[in-house]
Amino acid sequence: MHERTKNVDILKEIARRVRIDLLKALHRAKSGHTGGSLSSVEILVSLYFSEMRHNPKNPRWGDRDRFVLSKGHGVPALYSVLAHAGYFAREELMSLRKLGSRLQGHPEYDLEIGIEATTGSLGHGLSAANGMALAARMDGKDIRIYALLSDGELQEGASWEAITTSSYRKLDNLCAIVDRNRFQNDGAMKDIKDIEPVPDKWRAFGWEVEVLADGHDFPSILSAFEKARQTKGKPFVIIANTIKGKGVSIFENQGKYHGVAPSDDELKVALNELGEAA
Amino acid sequence: MSRTQISDFLVDEVTEHVYIRETYGKTLVELGREYPNIVVLDADLTVSTKTNLFGKEFPNRFFTMGVSEQDMMATAAGFALSGKIPFASTFAIFATGRAWEHVRQSIVFPKLNVKIVATHAGVTVGEDGATHQALEDIALMRVLPNMTVIVPADAVETEKVIRTIVNHNGPTYVRLARVKFPTIFKKSYEFEIGKARVLREGKHVTIFAVGIMVCEALEASKILEREGISACVVNVSTVKPIDVETIVKAASSTGAVVTAEDHNIVGGLGGAIAEVLGENYPTPMKRIGMKDRFGTSGDGLQLLEYFGLKARNIVQAVHELLEFNSQKKSVVL
Ligand SMILES: Cc1ncc(C[n+]2csc(CCOP(=O)(O)OP(=O)(O)O)c2C)c(N)n1
Ligand SMILES: [Mg+2]
Repeated sequence: MHERTKNVDILKEIARRVRIDLLKALHRAKSGHTGGSLSSVEILVSLYFSEMRHNPKNPRWGDRDRFVLSKGHGVPALYSVLAHAGYFAREELMSLRKLGSRLQGHPEYDLEIGIEATTGSLGHGLSAANGMALAARMDGKDIRIYALLSDGELQEGASWEAITTSSYRKLDNLCAIVDRNRFQNDGAMKDIKDIEPVPDKWRAFGWEVEVLADGHDFPSILSAFEKARQTKGKPFVIIANTIKGKGVSIFENQGKYHGVAPSDDELKVALNELGEAA
Repeated sequence: MSRTQISDFLVDEVTEHVYIRETYGKTLVELGREYPNIVVLDADLTVSTKTNLFGKEFPNRFFTMGVSEQDMMATAAGFALSGKIPFASTFAIFATGRAWEHVRQSIVFPKLNVKIVATHAGVTVGEDGATHQALEDIALMRVLPNMTVIVPADAVETEKVIRTIVNHNGPTYVRLARVKFPTIFKKSYEFEIGKARVLREGKHVTIFAVGIMVCEALEASKILEREGISACVVNVSTVKPIDVETIVKAASSTGAVVTAEDHNIVGGLGGAIAEVLGENYPTPMKRIGMKDRFGTSGDGLQLLEYFGLKARNIVQAVHELLEFNSQKKSVVL
């Protein structure tokens, strides 16, 4: 099994490097989703370096915990985390979105690189996670299933079908996380189609809800996962208030960096802020 | 080949490449000024589909539906039931795939006047990869009775199509793409729903094409001409209702048919032409397109090469077909 840590300094340093690599990969690819990749970094680092039981050297290990990236467009962050965890070489990140690469623009099911489900069309991932959670229960497996959703994704009706299934089936082996950066493709969610109050809605749908004031703060993320593991008879959702574009001042809370890769100049600024020479 | 056999609608040389979705957005704004009943709905892709241009000028007739394609389609149905002319836009995969049953039940079955104009169809979507490349949208829309399915070949045709469908009462699907399209038509080009256009007469083979592949088909006809093969090229921009008469005439005049599309050859233009010819004038044919497979990430234009969707692939198909036809003849003899 992969070595896990609760050491916040170590996790912070991993997050910094994950950001650097995902930005370099996006820059090289010249397209892709910058803002929503950066907002998920601490959540993903917490999962892969602290919370989940998994083994990058044995990606098909039957008793591994499962992770579904329902917000598939955020996959540059996941690829970077998987590379840092040891699923594949960091150099491969530079093939992102290129012809022939395993690192497709949106995640394609490929256990060799640690991708558990094909996503990219929003509103599918939580259903897939439900299926995994039901199967694990059937097989008497003591494993946990995680799914990361975006807030824009909650505008999809299918998301709420899945949210209902999880609670109706009392999937306490399932933990959902919402990357609540309050932006979608077209701008701020409140100007496009507001979905608040998000926590109340999940509660009304039968979930145990934990709202994180700062979805980039490792201690609070880790303790939320701890609570999730202890919650019985209900699915658990962590609603993480995050900042779209987190970590790079010119991208933070800028709607237009949702679906664009950093330019040469922007990459320089970003790497500089992240303490890396270009 | 004499000049008279080449359509007057074609430019002499391609000099312009244009985002046809931008043409859509601009045309929509112009139409918005003429038609106060036009409303536009979009599912969180307004910058990509270019409906944002309409939104800027007519914020009160522009509805950002969020990431809710099914909701958007049924809402558009409600607008149509209330006398509005709704245009609903998003990526082709979500418009036709995600929302298919809403489109079928709420819009097409009751013959409502909803214009679905989808962008980012085909492998030319590029880097976003297979999940975002609609290769089955023509098929999904074409199987619906009452539906009109249009695939413009360039910016000039796109503008004519958008202007035409406003005055056409009934459910309509228009397929646009992400990448820039070469402008092949002069401004004088005429578009008519249900009419296939012969762009070039020919004796030995007929190439039916849609979308960006019309330009490739014309390119192929030039290569073939140098080899002494005369190819007829037909733009089948209305895939439904399909122009049986023009198709049968063009196929029967050459006895060999190649189809070309940035779409699965199953159920798309290739399938449509095979259906028409199978019943009316069985003709040996080859289909150029996505050969019943999904796409992948890569540069959009590079993917056309990778998947064999270029003029030279059409030329090769023509060679194989003519070879087949000549062997068939010698067997009969
Ligand atoms: C079903 C579906 N519709 C549309 C899209 C296109 N799309 C990609 S990301 C996105 C919205 C992004 O906002 P959000 O979901 O909040 O993601 P984040 O802010 O975390 O990047 C959209 C509409 C999609 N991937 N899937
Ligand atoms: Mg968001």
